[in-house]
Order: sequence, then C-alpha cells, then structure tokens
Amino acid sequence: MAAATKDEARADQTTARDAAMPVRAFRIMLRARVTEDKLAALYRAGMIKGGVFLGKGQEALSTASAIFLRKGDIFGPLIRDQAGRLAFGDTILDTFRTYLGSAQGPMRGRDGNVHRGRPRDGYYPMISHLGALVPVVAGGLYGRRLRGETQMVGVTSIGDGGTATGAFHEGVNLAAVERLPLVVVVANNQYAYSTPNSREFVCADLLDKAAGYGIAGFKCDGTDPAACLETLRLAVQSAREGNGPQLVIANLLRLVGHGEHDDASYVDPHLREAAVGRDCLEVGGAQLIENGLATSDDIVAWTKEAQAEVEEALDIARREKGPDPNDEDWRAISTERLVDGHYDTEEE
Amino acid sequence: MSVTYLEAIRAAQGQALADDPRVFIYGQDVGAFGGAFKATKNLAKEFPGRVIDAPLSEDAIVGLAIGSAIEGARPIVEMQFADFSTVGFNQIVNHAATLYYRTGVPCPLVVRLPSGGTLGGGPFHSQSMEGLYAHYPGLVVMTPATVEDAYTMLLEAVTLDDPVIFCEHKLLYYHLKADALPDTAQPVGKARLARAGRDATVVTYSAMLHESLQAAEELVEEGWQIEVIDLRTVKPLDTDTVLASVARTGRLLVVSEAWPWGGVASEVISRVVTEGFGLLDAAPMRFNAKDTPIPYHPDLWAAHRPTAVAIAARLRKLLTQ
Repeated sequence: MAAATKDEARADQTTARDAAMPVRAFRIMLRARVTEDKLAALYRAGMIKGGVFLGKGQEALSTASAIFLRKGDIFGPLIRDQAGRLAFGDTILDTFRTYLGSAQGPMRGRDGNVHRGRPRDGYYPMISHLGALVPVVAGGLYGRRLRGETQMVGVTSIGDGGTATGAFHEGVNLAAVERLPLVVVVANNQYAYSTPNSREFVCADLLDKAAGYGIAGFKCDGTDPAACLETLRLAVQSAREGNGPQLVIANLLRLVGHGEHDDASYVDPHLREAAVGRDCLEVGGAQLIENGLATSDDIVAWTKEAQAEVEEALDIARREKGPDPNDEDWRAISTERLVDGHYDTEEE
Repeated sequence: MSVTYLEAIRAAQGQALADDPRVFIYGQDVGAFGGAFKATKNLAKEFPGRVIDAPLSEDAIVGLAIGSAIEGARPIVEMQFADFSTVGFNQIVNHAATLYYRTGVPCPLVVRLPSGGTLGGGPFHSQSMEGLYAHYPGLVVMTPATVEDAYTMLLEAVTLDDPVIFCEHKLLYYHLKADALPDTAQPVGKARLARAGRDATVVTYSAMLHESLQAAEELVEEGWQIEVIDLRTVKPLDTDTVLASVARTGRLLVVSEAWPWGGVASEVISRVVTEGFGLLDAAPMRFNAKDTPIPYHPDLWAAHRPTAVAIAARLRKLLTQ
C-alpha cells in the first residue's frame, strides 16, 4: 500500500526530477480515466446503486497530489481523486468492489463509491462533509509526530466550494499553528456542484488565502500534467523538510457533472472552450510525445493495457458476493460489552 | 483529606497520562493555564508536550483528535463548555462515530464535556448534550454523578477503543466531595442502585441524582420509600437494572436536566413501557427541564430545571395515582 515500491521511494527521497515520472504519472491518469469510463457505463446500465462521482479532467492534479508520497505518509483524497488514489496504492479492483458493494472490498458494503480507504495504511476514507478531512489528516500527522516520527507528509484535497467551509478554515489554521507537514491541494474546478466561484469567494485568487494563514502557497495550471508534477514535487518536498503546511491551488474544469446524474448544463460554454477546459490527458499525451518519452503507439498500447486491467478487475468484483444482512453484527462500536440493545423487542 | 469531583477528573487525567504514553490532552486553555475550570491544572508542567493549548476551533480540535487516534494516540479533548461541542459536532458524530463501522478501525478518543446548568450560566454555558450524542450510533456516552465515578469512568474511557463522550457536570465540580479517590471501580455500562426503596423508582443521572436523592429523603417523613437508580452511562443504557427496579416498585419517574423532546428520559420510559408494561402500576412519568433555552436569572433557572422540591412534588403525584 502507499507508493511503496523502491523506485518511488528513491525518486522521492532524492526529490530530483525523475525522468520516468511523467510516464508513470501519465499511465496512472490513463488507468483512472479508463476505470471511470467503465464506472460511467456501469451507472448508465443501472448496475451501480447510488451515485457515481468522477474526476474527469482532474487526473493530472490528482495524480501529482499522491505520486510523491511514500510509505508512512497520509493521503486523504476527496471525490475526484480516482487518479490520486491509484497513485497512492489503491487498486482498480477495490474501486469496483466499493462501487458494487462487494463484501471483500475495504468498506464491505457498509459505505460505497468514493467513500473508501484503509486508515491503517494512511489512506483515509472521506466523509461527505467537505473540509472535514483537513483537520483529520492534520491530526494523523500530529499522531505520527507524537510517536516521534519525522519526515512524513500528509496530503488532502478539496475543491473551490470546500474552501468556503468552516472545517477547511479551522483545519488549515490549526495545521499552521501546529506547523504540520500538511499539503492541501485545492482543485478549483470552477463550480461547486452548480455554484460558480463568484458565489463561493471574492478574494482575487484562492492563493491569497495562503498568506492569510501564514503558510506557503503554490499555484499551477491543473490541466498541465508537467506543471502539476513540478508544483506538487516542490510542495511535498517543502512539507517534508519541515516548512509547515503548503497550499496548492490549481485551476481546471471538471469535464463531467458533479455526479453521473448531473448533465452539468450550468457550465459556461466559454469555459469549455478556454484553456482551463483542456483535457489534461490529451495535454499529457502530447507532452510525452513532444519530449520523446512516448509515441502515440505507446499510448494506444497503454490504453489497451488499462482496459484489460479494468475488465479483469470488474470480472472479479462482479463475481464477489455482497454483504449478507444475516451475517452482519450490526455493531457501531468495537467494545462488544458496551453495545446498547433493547431496541427491537420483537426480535429478542 | 477530601477530593472533589473536579479534582477526581484532574487526577484521572494525570493518571492516564502517567499510565499510557499514547495519551495526550488537547483543548482551549488546557496548557499552562490549566483549563477554564482547572481540570488540567499543573498537568502541562508534569507532562511536557502532552497537554496542549488548541486554537479556538472545535471542529479542528476534534478532527485532530480523530486523526491522531487513527495513528494510535489516545487523545482526551476538553471542550471548554459542552455547549460549544456543537461546533465540533460534525467531526464527532459523522467522522469519529462512523469510522469503526465503516472501516473496522476503531477511533479511541475521549471528548470531555463540562455540562449542565450553574448559577448564572445562561443559554450557552449550561447545556446537557448527552441525549444528542447518544442518538448517534458509534459513541459511548458517560454521565458520572459521583466523585468515584468521575475518576474511574474517565480512566476507563481512556482505555476504551471507541469514542467516548464524557459528560461531567459543572455544578458538581467544587461542591461534591469524597473522602478519597476510589481503589475499585464499578464497570462502565452498569447502572447503580443509589438508594433502595419499595414504593417508586426514580431513574436519573449526573447532577439530578443528588436532587433526586434529596427528594427521596424528603418523602421518608411522609412514609414513602423511594428507590433511586443512577444510570452512570446513558449509552449503553442499563435497561435490565431499570426494569428490575420497576419490577420491585411498580412506579417510575425519570428525571433529567436535559430538554424534554427525545433524549434519555423518553428513551428510558420507552424501554420500560415496551419491555416492562406489565410491571407498571401507574403511568410512568418524566421530569425534564423546560423546553426553552436555559435562562440566566437565578429565579428563572431554578424553575427551569428539576429541583429536589419539584421532584418530590412529582413523586407525590406518582405515588397516589
């Protein structure tokens, strides 16, 4: 779990520009996109209960958010972080398991879709209340520090809308006060569900908030994978070196609805045509080709590989059973002797 | 030599810090200042780096506790007043309380809530929140009424793997005394027979235990023997002990300082009626604070909450039904 391969750890420790990094990042973006395309198809086919929430257009930033993390780090992803989740070590199989409600998935059918994680591996499962993860990831870092650990980093992400919550403010401020190695990545995708930036904040730039909290701020083009990688490399490195919280702001456009139930008809067509509306996957592919890191044939081959991986994972997840209500212990606390009973006298 | 309820809470925290290096205290003014009520007096000095002043951010304070608990720490959070825990409510009920069910990873933290009314406390420094937290799955809710319980239950709270809401009553802080800290502990989750009787059962908890005991004493002269049950924890709620008492007396009055709609009193009555209807010789009664914000003026406050005199009056009515 967690970017744990030796290569990744080495790349991060040196924090040098890693020639293989753009390719690795692109392939994660691609795997996320292919996975999400399949999720959308499953949703349309009525095979997923509840919502499907995709990160199309945000894969570059999301991948960059987690790709510099290593074992012992903490990642608290949000709704549109399928790519970052894969970069941190989540699997396509666990993605489908959670969406399809497999009892073998990390949430065992007790929670679904983007609400998944493995807390013991530093992979925190979000709750729906935006901003709530900011202080919790800060707390995870605080806990690690109490154990005498150093050099760890926590990354959590949020959107433009989430910056308007009290939890975001309290969490970032507290992280600054405690000088915790927390990187908060703000994906400004222009809309909080249907609400545009103008109804969420009035500061000239979200980056201004960094100065308000007395922390470092970075800004990058969220549609540009190379820029995202470079920015997050610096932010994660700075946090790891003990410089306290880092705020990263990236502008981009969500290229899908809030969920698959949403046609996103509220999005200004001019934004779709503007640079902010670029598809980061197309930009990333062009960058690789231009820099001689890949050919278009490579990209076609990687896409097929990702599609095969997705089909295989889906096959497995589909065959797995969901949770059996009769086998559930229906227990919300771990201390069995303190479970409260006496609710259903019929049953007893 | 005697020890107050507040000193017991301070002593329990000192003991927990000494016993377990994973324990730390986080809250507003808890450090060198020792807390608004001095419940952490001298602890920052005795345990450097483990009793920490937090910014004025209840949401983030609880959030930090949750994250640290995931990573193996045992945080004790002090809310300055129970009333302010509403600002951290989301983290408590949606984050801490759901973690174990969702992921199988427990969330061991204690949130201390200085609860209940005191003279001049007014609407925002007087609330009793136990019913609200007990409503949510995933939390253990403790309401100690004695010096002994304040000490032993807080110590046990810190050892539990689950989130605990520890409702300590401010009215008991300075005035309630015991001879010494206890050597033995009654287990959390079990109610206590605080006074044996035969004519009616009063089920209560926290500061209302003492009002109820006084009412029971008052009725002795009139020839009534009132049994008083101290719930000690409201979640889990020790229904068996309550039912056993009602089986003996046939009459039930539930007394709570919290507001009437929903809550602990309604829950106790609901359980007794659904599980022990045949045990009752009269309709059960409940006595709560009035359904308004908690008033500031002492005369209004005295009429707003149940007092010994008012409890005795309710009991007379119950006994002659």
